[in-house]
Amino acid sequence: MGTKRHFRVWRGDENGGDLQDYQVEVNEGEVVLDIIHRLQATEAPDLACRWNCKAGKCGSCSMEINGMPKLGCMTRMSTFEENETVTVTPLRTFPVVRDLVTDVSFNYEKARETPAFAPPAGVAPGDYRMQQVDVERSQEFRKCIECFLCQNVCHVVRDHEENKQAFSGPRYFIRAAELDMHPLDAKTDRKEYAQSDMGLGFCNITKCCTEVCPEHIKITDNGIIPMKERVVDRRYDPLVWLGSKIFRRGQVPQTSVTSASHSGAVHSSTAKGGLHSHAGGSHDPRAEAQAQSGVNWHREVPRPTVPAVDANGRLPLTELTFDRAAAPSPFGDDVTFPLPPEHLNFAHPEQDKH
Amino acid sequence: MTTTNRIERHHYDVVVIGAGGAGLRAAIEARLAGKKTAIISKSLFGKAHTVMAEGGAAAAMGNVNSRDNWQVHFRDTMRGGKFLNNFRMAELHAKESPQRIWELETYGALFDRTKDGKISQRNFGGHEYPRLAHVGDRTGLELIRTLQQKIVSLQQEDKANLGSYDARIKVFAETTITELLLDGDKVAGAFGYYRESGEFVLFEAPAVVLATGGVGRSYKVTSNSWEYTGDGHALALRAGATLINMEFLQFHPTGMVWPPSVKGILVTESVRGDGGVLKNSEGKRFMFDYVPDVFRKQYADNEAEADRWYKDPDNNRRPPELLPRDEVARAINSEVKAGRGTPAGGVYLDIASRLPADEIRRRLPSMYHQFKELADVDITKEPMEVGPTCHYVMGGVEVDPDSGAAFGSVRGLFAAGEVSGGMHGSNRLGGNSLSDLLVFGKRSGGHAASYLDQLPARPKVSMEALEAAVETALAPLQRDTGENPYHLQQDLQAVMGDLVGIIRREGELADALGRLAELRERVAKVSAAGGRRYNPGWHLALDLRNMLVVSECTAKAALERQESRGGHTREDFPAMDPKWRRVNLVCSLEGDAVRLAHKPLPRMRPELIGLFDRAELGKYLTDEELADFDALVSDADAEEAGN
Repeated sequence: MGTKRHFRVWRGDENGGDLQDYQVEVNEGEVVLDIIHRLQATEAPDLACRWNCKAGKCGSCSMEINGMPKLGCMTRMSTFEENETVTVTPLRTFPVVRDLVTDVSFNYEKARETPAFAPPAGVAPGDYRMQQVDVERSQEFRKCIECFLCQNVCHVVRDHEENKQAFSGPRYFIRAAELDMHPLDAKTDRKEYAQSDMGLGFCNITKCCTEVCPEHIKITDNGIIPMKERVVDRRYDPLVWLGSKIFRRGQVPQTSVTSASHSGAVHSSTAKGGLHSHAGGSHDPRAEAQAQSGVNWHREVPRPTVPAVDANGRLPLTELTFDRAAAPSPFGDDVTFPLPPEHLNFAHPEQDKH
Repeated sequence: MTTTNRIERHHYDVVVIGAGGAGLRAAIEARLAGKKTAIISKSLFGKAHTVMAEGGAAAAMGNVNSRDNWQVHFRDTMRGGKFLNNFRMAELHAKESPQRIWELETYGALFDRTKDGKISQRNFGGHEYPRLAHVGDRTGLELIRTLQQKIVSLQQEDKANLGSYDARIKVFAETTITELLLDGDKVAGAFGYYRESGEFVLFEAPAVVLATGGVGRSYKVTSNSWEYTGDGHALALRAGATLINMEFLQFHPTGMVWPPSVKGILVTESVRGDGGVLKNSEGKRFMFDYVPDVFRKQYADNEAEADRWYKDPDNNRRPPELLPRDEVARAINSEVKAGRGTPAGGVYLDIASRLPADEIRRRLPSMYHQFKELADVDITKEPMEVGPTCHYVMGGVEVDPDSGAAFGSVRGLFAAGEVSGGMHGSNRLGGNSLSDLLVFGKRSGGHAASYLDQLPARPKVSMEALEAAVETALAPLQRDTGENPYHLQQDLQAVMGDLVGIIRREGELADALGRLAELRERVAKVSAAGGRRYNPGWHLALDLRNMLVVSECTAKAALERQESRGGHTREDFPAMDPKWRRVNLVCSLEGDAVRLAHKPLPRMRPELIGLFDRAELGKYLTDEELADFDALVSDADAEEAGN
C-alpha cells in the first residue's frame, strides 16, 4: 500500500555537506521519523538522527522539515501532498555534528547557569502545601520537553552567534518564569536575574518560539511578557532606560522624571501637571498618546508575510544551496561598510543649517 | 598498544550507567555522600525513557484515603507480583516511597494537589487505594526534569565552592558503555564510546551502578525507545553477575495499534482509572468475562456496581478494567483471537461516552494531545484502538535487596530500576516503577559510596581487557562482508515477538532457542557501513550482542517455567502452580553460553506474611507453606492468650 515519495535529506558534518535525494516508500499513517528510520534500515544505515520515545514526549527528534522547525515524530506524512518533495535539514541555530544531529550543548550550558529551585527554609519534606490553581501556572512551563525548537527558531541567536553569550533563550525564560511563579520558591529575584543575566531584554516578542512549541506552551504570553512587564515596573528594561535618557536631555522639560520612572514611564504620572512622554519631543498627538500608554506588550504582532515563491511554491534560492553560510546582507551585496560620508543622508541639526 | 594509549581516561569514584530516574537518583546520592560521580547517558541528558511514564508514582502517603499505609501497599505489590517478589524489596519500597516523593518537592517538583494542598493521589490498576502521585499524565517527565534540575543545582553548589560545575558530578551525554572491566572479581572501570565522535573513553572507577532500563527493543511491538537493548543486563552477565526472573515481561494491555507508525505507544492506565471501558467489535464491555477467581472479592461482576465504584469506592467493588495488567492484556488477546477485535487488531478503549469532553481534556491532556496529533483521533468523540505491547521487563540483575549490590561473582557492581530484578516478582503494578527508581536508586547510590569506604585499594584496569574491549567495539566497522544490523534486529524482533511473546508454548520456545543460536552466529559477523562519527548502524551492531544474550535468557527461562504467572503465560500450562512460586530462575554466563539454575525464594518474615488472609494465601502457597502459616498464627494466638 506504500507509495514512493521524494525526500531530500541534508548529509554532512561540520566541514560541509549537501542535500541528498532519496525515493522512499511511505505508508499510510506514517510520520517523517518513520521515513528516516526506513532510510537507515535500507539505503543509508549511517544516517545520523536523534530520537527516543517516538511519541512527542522526549523532544529528541527536532529537525527542520521544509524549513519549519518540527519534531520528526509528530509530523504526519499526510500533511504533505503526494508529489511534494520533503526536505529534511538539521536545526540551523546549532553547529552540525553529523547529518541531522546538531551540537545542542548551548542549551545545557544555559540550563546550568539558571539558578535552581530554592527550597523554603523551615518547611520539612512532606509539609509542602500548595493549591492546585497556584501550581498550574508553573506546571504549564514544566510541560517543556526540551526539544529546543524555540531556541532554534529564536532570531536573537538564529543568525547572531555573538548573542549566544548573553542570551539564554525562550526555554530558559520559561524556566525562570516557572520558578518565579512557584508558590514556595524562596528566591525572589527571578525576574531581575532574567533581565540582567539571561538577556530577557533582547527578546522583542515576535512569538516565533510559541508558534513552534510542540507542547503548545504559551511561551511569550504566559512566560516572557509577564516577566518583562513586571521587570519594567522595576526600571530594568532597556526601553524604559532609553526613554528616561532621552527624556533627561531636557527636550520635554515639563516634569523631571529620572529615577522615579516607575510611575513616570509606565503610568504617566502627572506629578507637576501636564502630560509628558518618555518618547522624546514628538508633537504628533498620536505618538504622544501611544507613548502615554507605555509600551503595549500585548499588541497583536503582524504575521510574517509570505515570501515570493516560484512556480513550485519554493523560494527561488534556499539557504542550503546559497553560496555562503548564514543570511545575505539586508543592504544588498554591493554595499560595504563603513559607507563613504557623501552617501549618508543625514543632516546635522546645527552644522548643516541652511 | 598505540590505540589503547590514546584512549581518553577519567577517574571517578562512582560511575552510574544510565540517566533515567534510577540513575539520576543514584548519582545524586553518591554525590551527596561526597563521591566523585559520573553519569553516563546513552542519549542527551533528560531524554531518558522515564519521560514516557504517564500515570504516576505509587507511594502510600494516604493523602486521598487516610486508610492507606505501607502495609497495604506492600500487600498490593506482592499480590500484583503473584507472590514471586523479593519480599524485602517490596517491603523497603512500600515503606520508603513516600519519603522519596516528598523529597522531590524539595527539589522543585510540582505534583497535582488535593483540596487541602497536599499531593493528590489517583487510582490505578492493582492498588487498593488512590496512591499515585501524578502531574496530569506526564509524571515521568516531571520526575526526570526534577532530578535533572537537582543535579544542576548540585553542580551550581560545586561551581560556587570548588570553581567548576563538573568538579564532583558530571554528565557524559550520548555516551555508551560497551564493557565493564574487572580486576579479579572487582569492578575496575567501564569502557565505551562517545556517540558524537565515535572516540573511545575509559572510566576508571571502583564502583559502578547499572541503571540502564529494560530490553523492549528485542520486540516488534514495543513502547520502548532504541536505548532499551538490555545493555545493563548483558554487562552484568559478562561481569559475572546473575539475572533472575527473565521470563517475566510485562505487556502493557493498552498500547496504540493505529496508526501503524505509532504502534506500541502507551495509552495510560489512568484512562481506565478515570472511567474508560474496554469494548470489543460487537460493542460488548467484555472484561466482566475475564475476572479470575482470585480477584472475585475485589472486582465487580456487573456494570451497575462497577460504575458506582468511581463515586463510592468504599461500598462497591472495582470495575474489571482495573484488573492487573497481565489479566487485561490476556483478555484483549483472547478477544482479538476470537475474531472480536478492531480492524487494526486491537479492541476499543472508550472514554468519550463516559465523561464530558472538557473533563477528558482536563484529566488526560497529553493523551488527548497525542491522539489528536499522531492519529487524528479525538478521544473526546470516538474510542481509541488499543492492544498489548511490550512494555517492561520484571527480570533483571539479581541484587541484595538492601544495598542493590549485584549477586554472583562480581563485587562493586550495583543495579537499580528496571535493570534490577526481584522487586516486582512476576508482574509490576502500574505506578510502582517510578517509586522503585527513587527508592532503589537512592539505596544503590548510597551503598556504592559506602562500598568505596571499606575498599582497601582501588582496583586496576588491565591493558589486555582494554585492548579486547577496543577490538570488539571496532569489529563491525572492520568487516565488510557481514549482514546489515537493521535486518538482524528485525529478525531478532520477529523471533521474540512471534515465539517468546505474550502467550507462549513449549514447541515455539524450543524453536526460538534454535533460531537465537543461528542469530548468534550471524550477529558475530555483523558489519556496519560508514565511519565512527554518530553512526547509528555501528551503534546498533554493538547493541545487538546485548539484545541477543538477554533474549536467550528470556527464552530459556520461559521454556523452563512450566506454569503461567504474571508476565509469563504458557498455553500448555495455563494455571499457576504453588511449587513454582518457590523458585527463581537464575541466569548466568558460562563462557558464551547462558546457564540456568533454580534458586529458592527467600522466605517472608512472619510479621509480613501475617498481613495476608489465609484464604488469599491459599491461592498462592503450597500445602506445606500453609501448614507453616497456620502454626505461626496459632503460636501468635497462644502468645496473645498467654499475655
